[in-house]
Amino acid sequence: MIVEGWGRFPRTRTTLRHARGEDDARRAVAQSGLINPLIARGNGRAYGDSAASPGTTLAMRRMGRMIAFDATTGLLEAEAGVLLADVIAAFLPRGWFPAVTPGTKFVTLGGAIAADVHGKNHHHDGSFCDFVDWIDLMGPDGEVQRLGPNSPLFQWTRGGMGLTGVILRAAIRLIPVESAWIRQRVVATGSLAETMACFEESLDAPYSVAWIDCLATGAQRGRSLVMLGEHATRDMLGPEQRARPYEIPRKGTKTVPFSAPGVSLNRYSVGAFNALYYARGKAGAGTSLVDWDSYFYPLDAILHWNRIYGRKGLIQYQTVLPLDRSEAGLTAMLDAIAASGQGAFLSVLKRMGPQGGNISFPMEGYTLAMDFPRSANALALCDRLDKITLDHGGRYYLAKDSRLTPNTLRAADPRMGAFHDMRAREGLTPHLASAQSQRLQL
Amino acid sequence: MKTALILGGRSDIGLAAAHRFAAEGYAIQLAARNSATLEGDKADLELRHKIEVQLLDYDALDTAVLRGFVDALQPLPDVAICAVGTMETQADAEADPLLAELTIRSNFEGPAQTLGLLANAFASRGSGTLIGVSSVAGDRGRATNYIYGSAKAGFTAYLSGLRNRLAGQGVHVATILPGFVDTKMTEGMELPGKLTASPEEVAEAIWKAHEKRRNVVYVKPIWRVIMAIIRNIPEQVFKRMKI
Ligand SMILES: Cc1cc2nc3c(=O)[nH]c(=O)nc-3n(C[C@H](O)[C@H](O)[C@H](O)COP(=O)(O)OP(=O)(O)OC[C@H]3O[C@@H](n4cnc5c(N)ncnc54)[C@H](O)[C@@H]3O)c2cc1C
Ligand SMILES: NC(=O)c1ccc[n+]([C@@H]2O[C@H](COP(=O)([O-])OP(=O)(O)OC[C@H]3O[C@@H](n4cnc5c(N)ncnc54)[C@H](OP(=O)(O)O)[C@@H]3O)[C@@H](O)[C@H]2O)c1
Repeated sequence: MIVEGWGRFPRTRTTLRHARGEDDARRAVAQSGLINPLIARGNGRAYGDSAASPGTTLAMRRMGRMIAFDATTGLLEAEAGVLLADVIAAFLPRGWFPAVTPGTKFVTLGGAIAADVHGKNHHHDGSFCDFVDWIDLMGPDGEVQRLGPNSPLFQWTRGGMGLTGVILRAAIRLIPVESAWIRQRVVATGSLAETMACFEESLDAPYSVAWIDCLATGAQRGRSLVMLGEHATRDMLGPEQRARPYEIPRKGTKTVPFSAPGVSLNRYSVGAFNALYYARGKAGAGTSLVDWDSYFYPLDAILHWNRIYGRKGLIQYQTVLPLDRSEAGLTAMLDAIAASGQGAFLSVLKRMGPQGGNISFPMEGYTLAMDFPRSANALALCDRLDKITLDHGGRYYLAKDSRLTPNTLRAADPRMGAFHDMRAREGLTPHLASAQSQRLQL
Repeated sequence: MKTALILGGRSDIGLAAAHRFAAEGYAIQLAARNSATLEGDKADLELRHKIEVQLLDYDALDTAVLRGFVDALQPLPDVAICAVGTMETQADAEADPLLAELTIRSNFEGPAQTLGLLANAFASRGSGTLIGVSSVAGDRGRATNYIYGSAKAGFTAYLSGLRNRLAGQGVHVATILPGFVDTKMTEGMELPGKLTASPEEVAEAIWKAHEKRRNVVYVKPIWRVIMAIIRNIPEQVFKRMKI
């Protein structure tokens, strides 16, 4: 079986097995070893090769049962293959929402824990695993341990990209919400300095994210639409919404049915898109009510949107820079992107709070994430961006990576050396490996 | 409250159908061998959809007790969906008559007998939907899987007859024809992505067949075309083809 990530590159030949319950997982794990390493796979939304093993890939989606819910505390116990979309479908009507969510709802709990995903509220609330009370982790010996945040293995698993074991179950804390609506305020900023000032002034806004125009140059370099948000309380709703606070109008989803030829996205079309988006956003700046699905998951309305990049796939480039070096680093990156003429269709800037866990991606500072169609030009640009990242003390998000070298990763993130050593010491290395962990020598 | 009975309640397709109907507010009866092992699925369905789930022991091959099984259903469901089936490799089934028998009985006799008894009960009530999951493999016998395929062909013909019999009696009968589906049955096989449905897509087709009273449903429309072509190849040519 050939398995690929959301970026459709690289493609890995693997033996794909499905876990429907703990016994299936144990059987697969028992056969893992040096020539047949195993990695768990959630819903395949990581961009690169982190959820595919050259040995066995253990698909967890069918181990997707909810176990119990405590309506007084919001604690949900569920199997690792449950999707955030399922959680929202079941519990938003009862007044609960995931405390942290990435930009797509089609991720599993296991994938969200393994990547310790962050949302638009990282600066305010932390990352996904800050709301995980325990996980059931199966090690290479088939034993299952229930681990809480006080356990070192929990802290290595959080952000550990499946390389510490198979997460079978977890307990996550949902947050109470009064409605299905987000009160959004959009601010159009004219430069990078303005954009960053807007983030710094808005640290008490629960959600914040900016769409940044990576093609604007000169005085306009770094111009953005900063989107601030909070869960709307009942008194913020209009009378119609208040009558049914947890319902939103039904929207259809569109599907991109097949791969578009790789040429449909070029610098001109991307440039035009960016200018248009900015102009539209600017005209619509101000405060409004947005439904949860449009606010958190605008891309989910188009299933398989990754296909618009064609068969060659796309590259996601995401790094985080420490706070004191962010402005200099971002300036250098934006200049490099503009000079490359490589349009980035979707570029997102976000202010992050402090690190949690041992190897989680986030750190206090700014994270920039961009999509490029995969091409020689884009890869060359990524190499230049790597240098800027290293020069400014930045580091990488493994859930997005498909191209790093072990040297670059180690230079950017010394924690990876400790992770590697822990894996060797605990006897995890031969049993648990992905194409990514082999490429990066984790 | 309406109730849907899932025969073959542990199957990937059956469970997906259970979730689809539960999402519409149906109470669910999951019928399977060793039904106690489905406690986790019962809890999941109840928690997500706030409906009630019964676990019922059911073996489609135990024909002597099928009448008792149907009579004991409490309540008699509004919808019954049969996702029972087995698939051995053709070579094994060719070599071993017991395996061939198991294949034929599990895909034809058991499902047909169960739905036949339910049909009688639905007919005397004057309402209900019977849904059989058959297969495109039943549309024409091919060297590579004619034992399974002929059993499905029998089941498809049986469903057609039931539909014809019950049309005037308020009972709807739907035949679901999946092509490839990504389930336990096909695990480890290299399935062509574009021709392969997920269990959730099959469940959606089952729900629509019930709601819109569809008769014969190809889960992925492309399969209707493929099978029309395959059915129309002249036997002289077909018998020499490798498909
Ligand atoms: C449109 C889009 C927007 C995104 N936005 C964000 C964002 O805003 N913030 C963010 O943080 N991320 C974001 N992501 C990335 C995504 O949230 C992560 O890659 C997430 O891990 C995907 O979850 P998954 O279930 O698809 O896991 P997969 O992609 O299948 O796997 C990801 C990793 O988790 C491991 N894993 C999965 N399940 C288990 C398990 N049961 N046990 C052990 N290990 C497991 C895998 O081995 C792999 O290393 C985005 C991705 C997309 C496509
Ligand atoms: N997967 C495909 O590509 C595909 C294509 C076309 C049609 N179909 C049909 O779809 C239906 C569902 O199959 P699936 O794909 O979901 O595979 P599956 O998960 O293997 O489901 C088959 C189910 O049938 C049950 N079963 C077999 N014999 C039984 C018996 N004597 N009594 C009670 N239950 C019995 C099995 O129960 P246990 O769990 O107890 O073994 C199993 O749960 C089958 O009829 C299959 O032929 C599948």
